[in-house]
Amino acid sequence: MEHLNIEGTPKTPTIKFDAVKGELLIRGRSIPENSIEFYKPLVDMLEAYTSKPLGNTKVDVQLEYFNTSSSKCILDIFKRLEVLNSNGSNVIINWHYEEDDEDMLEAGEDYQAIISVPFKMIQINEE
Amino acid sequence: MIRNNLMDLDIFDFYDKMEKNNIMLSFKGDITSELLTSILQIMESKMDTMEESPKIKKKVYNILVECLQNLYHHIDENPIASANGEKDKTAIFMIVKEGDKYSIITGNYMYNDSVSMMKGRLEKINAMSKDELKEYYKEVLNNGEMSEKGGGGLGMIDIARKSGKPLEFQFYPVDSKHSFFSLNINIAQ
Repeated sequence: MEHLNIEGTPKTPTIKFDAVKGELLIRGRSIPENSIEFYKPLVDMLEAYTSKPLGNTKVDVQLEYFNTSSSKCILDIFKRLEVLNSNGSNVIINWHYEEDDEDMLEAGEDYQAIISVPFKMIQINEE
Repeated sequence: MIRNNLMDLDIFDFYDKMEKNNIMLSFKGDITSELLTSILQIMESKMDTMEESPKIKKKVYNILVECLQNLYHHIDENPIASANGEKDKTAIFMIVKEGDKYSIITGNYMYNDSVSMMKGRLEKINAMSKDELKEYYKEVLNNGEMSEKGGGGLGMIDIARKSGKPLEFQFYPVDSKHSFFSLNINIAQ
């Protein structure tokens, strides 16, 4: 399996993982009651990818909302990216947050403090 | 005046109290996943109609998600329903807007065995400064413990961080096994 495509819903984000390009996108809302179940396909795919990764892996996280149930799953994914980063793939995590959304910026900084993978904070300007 | 003979419930009095207390939305009953989806959609469109700032909209939405999912995951059974042999996990919640200040109030049954642990957790959180809460959040986030559904003790810390106000709470004794727990979250502008 080289691609993972999960369509977004009002409670779950769009997830696109392209193992051929080494690109992962998580975008939208992540507020499911059961996050472990939702993130399992991505966790499985990351595990498979880690055994034969590309030289560079780009991750874009653009969340409008996420609940605390998702926050541990997101950390789990970032920890897998940390392993990937020390196993031969240069990982970069782009954390997108909307202008004025201090809580989302702070959430990104919390992850940045825990995970040793290059993080880039990217402000989205409102139209 | 419409009166329910069984409980002597005065519906106008009920309405009037809700009106005077600026209750935007109130619900009592089973807390299901579908209900949470609907409530969140209703609140989002209400706040859009009221042209709330994106900042306050996000805060209220985020805190509401955590409060409602806390109810969804942690309600202990209702003693009245369980005495009738039903498996009932009901709760009550209200969203209040007074001036430009939002509050979210929840109420649910809890086993007496859990009361002191819950009280201790809430008091610990309330005693923390903004920076201490941030550190505590990161510590619990990174402690490797995950509940079955992914939570793991972050909900209340997140609510306290995002609301910027102390968590107001009360435990009402019900019987030898149960208490009723109420939580009142005030959201700072």
